[in-house]
Parts: sequence; structure tokens; C-alpha cells
Amino acid sequence: MSRFSYSDEMLTRLLKVPQTIACVGLSINPIRPSYYVARYLQLKGFRIIPVNPAYAGKEVLGETVLASLAEITTPVDIVDIFRRSEFAGAVVDEALEMRPMPRTIWMQIGVIDEAAALRAEAKGLTVVMDRCPKIEYQRLFGELRMGGFATGIISSKL
Amino acid sequence: MSDSPSYGFDTLQIHAGSRPDPATGARQTPIYQTTAYVFRDADHAAALFNLQEVGYIYSRLTNPTVAVLQERIATLEGGVGAVGCSSGHAAQIMALFPLMRPGDNIIASTRLYGGTVTQFSQTIKRFGWSATFVDFDDAAAIEAAADENTKAIFCESICNPGGYVTDLASIATVANKLDVPLIVDNTSATPYLCRPFDHGAHLVVHSTTKYLTGNGTVTGGVVVDSGNFDWTKAGKHPSLIEPEPAYHGLKFHETFGPMAFTFHGIAIGLRDLGMTMSPNTAFQTLLGMETLSLRMERHVENAMKVAAWLEKDPRVDYVTYAGLPSSPYADRVKKHYPKGAGALFTFAVKGGYEACVKLVDNVEIFSHVANLGDTRSLIIHSASTTHRQLTPEQQEAAGAAPNVVRLSIGIEDADDLIKDLDQALAAATS
Repeated sequence: MSRFSYSDEMLTRLLKVPQTIACVGLSINPIRPSYYVARYLQLKGFRIIPVNPAYAGKEVLGETVLASLAEITTPVDIVDIFRRSEFAGAVVDEALEMRPMPRTIWMQIGVIDEAAALRAEAKGLTVVMDRCPKIEYQRLFGELRMGGFATGIISSKL
Repeated sequence: MSDSPSYGFDTLQIHAGSRPDPATGARQTPIYQTTAYVFRDADHAAALFNLQEVGYIYSRLTNPTVAVLQERIATLEGGVGAVGCSSGHAAQIMALFPLMRPGDNIIASTRLYGGTVTQFSQTIKRFGWSATFVDFDDAAAIEAAADENTKAIFCESICNPGGYVTDLASIATVANKLDVPLIVDNTSATPYLCRPFDHGAHLVVHSTTKYLTGNGTVTGGVVVDSGNFDWTKAGKHPSLIEPEPAYHGLKFHETFGPMAFTFHGIAIGLRDLGMTMSPNTAFQTLLGMETLSLRMERHVENAMKVAAWLEKDPRVDYVTYAGLPSSPYADRVKKHYPKGAGALFTFAVKGGYEACVKLVDNVEIFSHVANLGDTRSLIIHSASTTHRQLTPEQQEAAGAAPNVVRLSIGIEDADDLIKDLDQALAAATS
């Protein structure tokens, strides 16, 4: 269980389509979780911009991989960080240099940098740590219910 | 997993998992009696088969009615997910299957339902697995019985045939030390009386046939995952961490995090073992679960009255109900099972085996059946039935000696149950 708590209402708002998500650390290997997540979000209507210096210039999910956030020329809504916690702070600082700035910083499960989160929040960004947008999307929009997972959602509405 | 507001047990037992049907608005969960589901397009089908998207493919794997039950039980147990199975026995195999390879073993409590003892001591040998049975009041003995091939620890919370409740927290400590999951059969307690995950257990199995359904209509089982076992820490369970050839080398733990065990249960367990719960079964169990807390309160209240009456009766040698103040486990019940010790217990009849058989033949309200957790009160002579396959030593250890009768106390009027036992005891000991 994560020690960070985010309301369903907030996560639902953050995951509204369409948005552009820069996936930092995205692998081009189709069985890696980062590829899985990005492919899923793309299927749901998000635009994915892959960022990974190791694969710069290569094509993945129909998009060209960029070496850094600084190379992105279109507005980005969410920066999704698939890097270990010790590298997350540098990615956040890079994101804060983007113009326009992204609205949301999202760190994947196990990725936590509270100091970097505070820096981003001070600039008005929303930060989610230790969460996977794919899992939250599946949970909030009914998909995990189909697999028998505890979604925590109780509602008498259609 | 969720940060949503938390709800009370009585609200969750009715609402968890069951939003109105999206297609029709039906308020009660419909029985989705279908084998297969249409794919939106080829991409959707491919994503489902690759486990990249969750959805319905084929009812051996997932079904909308069964999914509601899975979510409801997972929620009540405080787990992340659950897999429905065709019976409680199926659930036990489904719980062990991802953990075990040929040559592996489990450490199990001596105090188990007789059918489980047989499944573990005999049948699982055919998979190359084995079980060592240990007194679970002796945590050191559990540790001493473990070796490098030990992959899980297994016990019941409130035990069948009764009289014993397990100190789950102390067993969980041993499990953590050994880096193996603690699997708890929570059938007799139900999540209303005990939530094993709150005591540190990692997996829960149920025979949903019993209290969860509550009225003896359908057989079913479920495996619930807490999501709290770190499969990568000691790396003892390769099925969950190593590349899975049937899914292009996907690693379950890496891809699904805390949901890995449940995904494995669906994608490998149900896919290839096929011990699937039927939609009709799930529907019956969902109906039953809506009143689980109300029934359990009455079950416990009645059990207390009947056990207290039997304990004072001169025709009775002893009563094993852990809820009685005289029980050696009274303190444990107070601490770990504050809502009660269930409604399952045994008592010894003066006159031994002969008197037990006569007693069972003379009851009028109690039904002589091999089941438990029914609204109806049930009686059985365990030594000649449910625990018949066991050796005399195993029967003794399980609390199913030849001179004891097991009761599953229902939700009738306690006074009528006492009258029935009174007249049957008179006939048995005359």
C-alpha cells in the first residue's frame, strides 16, 4: 500500500482524454512495463511522446523517441516518469524548464522523490507519486472490475 | 489500492463490485449466462489476449457476474483482487499452483478440514508437491519443519471441525521470516469475524459454499490476494517473477505489481486448470453475501447459547467451542476474533461412538449432512464421515475423535435447537 493518498475525484480529473503524455524512460521492448503502459494509454486516446536517450531517433508506437524533454516542441500535459527514484528529481527539474510547463508530474509505482514533488507543486503543478496511470485508469473507468479487482468504487449510478 | 472513502462492512457486503448493469440499468447483478464475448476489433482482441487490457474473452477466464463476486469478496477481505473457482478445494489448488514446482512443499496446520488434510497429504503428491503437518500453537515447530523448498504456510482461521482458532499474527511472523506467503482458509470465520490480512496473512482462500452463500445452494471457492507479498524479495516463486513463455516473456510481478497473483490466477490458473466458477453460482453467492453480517451475528449468538447449554449437560463429556469462557483459546478469541468464534464446534458424548451415531439418527431439526455454514443447523459425526480418510492420530489432532459430534449452528431459534439436541441426547444415552 502506498503512503501517498490521492482522491478518486482528482485522479479522474488528471486522466481525462485527450492529453499529451511525455513518457520518460519508455522502453521500446514490447514486454517491458513502460511499453505496456504507454501502449495502453495511447489506445485510450492519449498522445504519447517517448523520451529515452538510449533509443533516441528510433520509432516506437508510431512516434519518434526523443533524447530529452527539452527536445519536445509541442505542449505536454503530463510527464510520466519511468526512472528509478534517484533519477526522478532531475527529470522533474527538466520538466519545470519546459514552456509551457506540463500540468502534471506522474511518477510510476515505486518512484518517489518528495523534494522534487515539492519543487513542482511550488510552481503550480500537480504531482502524483508511486502510482501507475494505466492501473488508475483501469480502476477508475471500470476496466479492473472486469477482472475481479477491488476498485474501491461504490456507486448506485449507471 | 484505492484512496476512495472507506465504507462500513454492511454497506460493502451489498454494494462492493455491483454497480447498476451498464447495459440495462438492472439494479441487481444479472446472471451473464454467456460463454464468449464479442471483441470491438482485432486490436482489442490482441490487447486482451496479450493481457494489455482487462476485459472479457471467454467465461473460463472471466465473466461479469463472477467478477462482481470477486470484487465484493476482495473488498470485504481488504485484498487487491480475487479469483473465483468451482469449489473451495479448487481454490486451494489455485492458491498453491503459482507458488509450487515439483519437489516443493508447504507447512500446514494439523487442525484442518479433513478433506484438506487428504488433499495435502495424498493428492498433491501427484503434482510432486508435499505437505508437512505441524501444531500451529508451536511457531518454532513451523520454522523447524521448513526447508529451502518450502513455498507456503497454510492454516484455517477458525478451524473445522471446531474448538480452535489460529493466532494468525504469530504465524504470519514465521511466514515473513521464511519469506513465504501465509495462506489462510477463512471459510468458517468469513471476513465478518476475521480479516486475515489485518493479521499479516498474504493470501486467503474460501469455500464460498458455506457462510458466504449461506443457504447451501451452490459450491464455489475463491482465492484472494492481499497484494502485500513481495515476490521479488527472496525470489522463491519463479512463476510470478520469471518470464512467462506463454505470454511472450512477460513477467507477472514486473508488469502487474501488487495485482500479479490475481492476474496469474486468471491468465494461467483458470486458463489452464479450468476450475472456473459458474455465473449462476456467483449470483447465488452474491445474494447470500448481502446478509452476511446479519447472519453471522445470529450464528454466533446461537452457537454461544447451544454450546453453553451443552457444556452444562451431564450426558456431555466436553464442548470444544472456542467462544466459551472455559475454552483454552478464550483469550485468543477475545484478542483476535472480537466478534465471536464462529458457529462451528464439536462436543463429546458420554457413550462414545455408539451414542454419537444414535444422536445423529435422532435429531429432527438438525440435518445430518456433510456441510457447514448453512442457515439450517447441521450435525455430523466427523470420524465416520468428513474425517474418515484420516488415521486415528490425524483425527485426534484435527479435533475429530470418534466420540465427538460436530455441529454447524444455524440461525433458527436457539431454544428449538437446544430442545432438539435434548431429545436426541435422551434417545442416544437411554
